[in-house]
Amino acid sequence: METGSARTGESAPGEPVWTGLPPGLLRMRRLLLVVWLGILTIASGVLLALFAGPGWAAFALLPLALAAWGWRMLGRNWRSWRYAERADDLLISRGVLWREETVVPYGRMQLVEVTSGPLERHFGLASVQLHTAAAATDACIPGLDPAEAERLRDRLTELGEARSAGL
Amino acid sequence: MSTAAPDPSGHPSAAPDSPPGAAAVPDGEGSVPGGEGSLPDGKQPSERRLHPVTPLRRAWAPVAVLAGWAVHDPGQAQERLTGLTTTALLLGLAVIVPGAALYGFLSWWFTHFAVTDTELRIRTGLLFRRTAHIRLERLQAVDVTQPLLARVAGVAKLKLDVVGTDEKDELAYLGEGEARRLRAELLARAAGFAPESAGEVGEAPVRRLLHVPPGVLAASLLLTGATWASLVAALVVPTLLWFATHSVWTVLATGLPLLGAAGASSVGRFVGEYDWTVGESPDGLRIDHGLLDRAHETVPPGRVQTVRIVEPLLWRGRWVRVELDVAGSSNSVLVPVAPREVAHAVIAAVLPGVAVPEALDRPPRRAGWCVPFWWRGYGLAVTGTVFATRRGLLRRRLFLVPHAKAQSVRLTQGPWERRKGLADVHVDAGAGRTVTARLRDATEAADLLRAQADRSRTGRREAPPDRWMA
Repeated sequence: METGSARTGESAPGEPVWTGLPPGLLRMRRLLLVVWLGILTIASGVLLALFAGPGWAAFALLPLALAAWGWRMLGRNWRSWRYAERADDLLISRGVLWREETVVPYGRMQLVEVTSGPLERHFGLASVQLHTAAAATDACIPGLDPAEAERLRDRLTELGEARSAGL
Repeated sequence: MSTAAPDPSGHPSAAPDSPPGAAAVPDGEGSVPGGEGSLPDGKQPSERRLHPVTPLRRAWAPVAVLAGWAVHDPGQAQERLTGLTTTALLLGLAVIVPGAALYGFLSWWFTHFAVTDTELRIRTGLLFRRTAHIRLERLQAVDVTQPLLARVAGVAKLKLDVVGTDEKDELAYLGEGEARRLRAELLARAAGFAPESAGEVGEAPVRRLLHVPPGVLAASLLLTGATWASLVAALVVPTLLWFATHSVWTVLATGLPLLGAAGASSVGRFVGEYDWTVGESPDGLRIDHGLLDRAHETVPPGRVQTVRIVEPLLWRGRWVRVELDVAGSSNSVLVPVAPREVAHAVIAAVLPGVAVPEALDRPPRRAGWCVPFWWRGYGLAVTGTVFATRRGLLRRRLFLVPHAKAQSVRLTQGPWERRKGLADVHVDAGAGRTVTARLRDATEAADLLRAQADRSRTGRREAPPDRWMA
């Protein structure tokens, strides 16, 4: 199932070479989902059994079902994320139901940021965020390997300098 | 961790987190890097002060506060006034007036500005020092504005629009003549004239493109639905409230703001857009307007990010309104009202080489399943120079973004759109504007996405340089 991290093989010239996200992000999100909904399931089960009777405790299955559904959704969403570095621009594609594909020419990048929160750091993840002069550009690649994130940042900055265009 | 910028000019940016262009450097944090901004022999550029009437600019503020308090609570205000003895009044005046005068004088005394080869530097602040270095090559527009009182006093405000400047970075006030000279000098330096001659280049000649006669402006405002809607609301709502409550205060409290809004949308717009003149000069576009408050705006060539042609229902076939976006500038009107051909001629001058596309492609018929009826209002045209989309059935708006100004391109597709094989294409331009081609055929949209990214890149190569005279 988890084929997203592998580089899709060289395809026809002109076609972008897509790269998926490493499995770390999926693992982190699924763990968080299981932990929170697990707590919710146990808490609601115990409370309902204590105060409303054992029959009512069956409603605790609801968060469990939610967790199962969320597990699949997270997988689908994670698989949908991919990016491609082309000669002159960066492509980011994401989303399952609401699909979005963004193209940012290297020359238009004003700022490339690598961010990593405490939780992401624990799982060895980092995100790359691109800023252009347009506020609507929300080009972000989450859950990258820190080394890959830094490589991407350096490469994007270098390409941006070479093709710099500004406003 | 953050990496600063593929900076377009390769200069070190003083504050990597702030948007490029204007960098505010707090004083005292080491020396301000002189860099290429200082004069060649290393001496500091000559600093100048604002016009001596400047301290009076905030003089009305305490008066307004007192007046507001008196109006808000008349009973208590009168009580307080009678309670005041003459000595208390005199004492208060003796403290407040010199205090305010001293503050005004000191803040004027400590505000300096200087023009270097590449920057306008504004140094201000009594307790909290603030130094703004505004880079001239990033200049987006120059505004010289004169509020009514400033016209009486013969002074003007000068503001440089750079991405990231704020209200504090305007030069208020300068003498009228000095403001003009400074504007000419700043534009000459920004245009790339040799530094020695930049002071002597003088005002560039202006060729008038368009003048809006007051009669047409008044007629166009009378034909605007919003004017009538606000007027009707201002009359109907208080009347209904009177019958419902019979309370004078409720009626006044709702009626006055409504009347104010109605006035702002009709009389206010007339006064602001009176004598609207658009001119063309080597420095770029000149826009002058105003009956009471005069404003003179200059937009150098190649600074316009997007242009919109708005056609309200009642103007259909007669006039159009043209709006534009310049990064960092607050003014957004290019032509308040003009016949279509005239407006197109002005747009051709603003965006060189751009012809406003006449025939636009409608979305495929099945788009009616996504946006019933209104889908007919959407349209798209891509020419060699612009990406143009239209929306609106009654109030038609045509958005134009030159390929050279596209910052990024996005394709989005919701679940229902995918079912119907449709997708939206968004082109993000600077100045926070996004132009969207809605409900295109999915394969067409995918091609458009790729092609638009290419066009954005090649379009940029043919665009004029930032320093347009260099």
